[in-house]
Amino acid sequence: MGKLKDRLQKERPDDFVTLMAQRGELVATVSKDRLTDLSRYLKETPGLEFNFLSMVTASDYLGKREKRFEVVYSLFSITHHHRIMLKVAVDEDEEVPSLTGLWQSADWQEREIYDMFGIRFASHPNLARILLDDDWVGHPLRKDFPITYEPPEFSHNRDRIRPDYTSPRGGRA
Amino acid sequence: MRHKTMTLNFGPQHPATHGVLRVEVELDGETVMRARPIVGYLHTGIEKTMETKKYTQGITLTDRMDYLAPMSNNLVYVMAVEKLLGLEVPLRAQYVRVILTELTRVNSHLVWLGTHATDIGAMTMLLYCFREREKILQIYEFVSGVRMMSSYFRIGGLAKDVPQGFDTHVKEILDTFPTKIDEYEGLLTANPIWKNRTVGVGRISPEAAVNAGLSGPLLRASGVDWDIRKSNPYSSYGDFEFDVPLGSHGDTYDRYKCRVEEMRQSLEIIRQALEGLPEGPHIVEGYKLAPPPKGQVLRNMEELIHHFKFWTDGFSVPEGDTYHSIESPKGEIGCYIVSDGSPQPYRVHFRPPSFVNVSALDMLARGGMVSDLIAIIGSVDIVLGEVDR
Repeated sequence: MGKLKDRLQKERPDDFVTLMAQRGELVATVSKDRLTDLSRYLKETPGLEFNFLSMVTASDYLGKREKRFEVVYSLFSITHHHRIMLKVAVDEDEEVPSLTGLWQSADWQEREIYDMFGIRFASHPNLARILLDDDWVGHPLRKDFPITYEPPEFSHNRDRIRPDYTSPRGGRA
Repeated sequence: MRHKTMTLNFGPQHPATHGVLRVEVELDGETVMRARPIVGYLHTGIEKTMETKKYTQGITLTDRMDYLAPMSNNLVYVMAVEKLLGLEVPLRAQYVRVILTELTRVNSHLVWLGTHATDIGAMTMLLYCFREREKILQIYEFVSGVRMMSSYFRIGGLAKDVPQGFDTHVKEILDTFPTKIDEYEGLLTANPIWKNRTVGVGRISPEAAVNAGLSGPLLRASGVDWDIRKSNPYSSYGDFEFDVPLGSHGDTYDRYKCRVEEMRQSLEIIRQALEGLPEGPHIVEGYKLAPPPKGQVLRNMEELIHHFKFWTDGFSVPEGDTYHSIESPKGEIGCYIVSDGSPQPYRVHFRPPSFVNVSALDMLARGGMVSDLIAIIGSVDIVLGEVDR
């Protein structure tokens, strides 16, 4: 892994903001402008061949970091069995380039991030909600999205839970 | 004459969708022009809930994702936390984990085989497979007290040591299952109806499969040799000898062959792990990460304090993030955890194999017949609890 790190640092010195070995894995922070180019290089260069996009996800660091979100990619090479994690910091109003052009597996995972965090991916073919309803308001995995409790509704407590309820037949039955 | 295609809504309430998957199919006659899977009906916000639970409490939520392979889900989560903690798990615990996750693989494949064959019309298979699966559920109950939502693994080891008689029960499975698997194969492998419905159906090339992110038997049926148990061995998988069955055509029939052979290999791994099962502790030493034994808690002040601290405060995990993935019955299941140094995870994400696999459904089904769509959905082996989380 040390060799791989040296090679990446030598061949692409400008693409990595940081590159380090962490818990037996390579972890890199990348600026969003270099992401697509770097990913293509990682995917297609002989000897690296990170041909499998394992995972894409994001986290919300509200109030903890300068840029609110961090999108995380885990690339794996089926040929060489090595793994690298790419991290891209983005702010609320910024777009991240979509990797669907390189890996089809990015499609649904980026949609999930959009659904859960509201992070937009530029040139994604179908950036729509995936797990939640289309008319859902908000993005649940954001830290400022509260975990609410919805009390189960019975006939004995309906007045308290939904005071404005009227049955389809009229009246309050 | 004007040529029109028809849009058919398939599911979500349909027995052949294995849960609540909805597929919007565009048909030209009986040919599938486009199949758009629509998911999310079982979304329960597991990842959000996990941010409010302590690390140990989170284990119970993982069972509920892929409810046919609870132990695999437990394992990926506890291993990710262990990676953040930098823990070395006792060998005995590692071996028991291997035995149970391999049983889980057989369990998941049995349910897959039973339901998949029933979809195609071989009704008997369901009864046979569930008969055998029952034996595995009994083992779950034997070790953890619960048949399905076992939550048996803990961060640092196991909830408790396996009970006496565990080896006899597992040996019984090892002795009887191979003949049963032969029986299934006798019913299906050379069966002309089965072959007509599966050979050449839902074919995918190795390059396309890798690009689409397919993993597990689905990828290996296309001939791509990648099994995380071999490529990046975890939990002592390096100690065992086993083969990774590969297909060559990438069709539904090869996926069937791969999974059936995988069951045999799993039994082989279990046999080796059981024979080499070392003595020793079942969980890491010290009372910081593992609760003290109950007997001690009732007698000694020190243990009582640790017991109280463990179950009220939990333990904190060093700051940082990590991704860990293992080979679940369905493919690569991964867990990404961010810790902010508190006893609760800051962010947990699961990379569910079914979610990524089902996203390639259109590629598999396009150009085929609508009746083949049933066979293809079955062969992808999805669990919607895991897709939607």
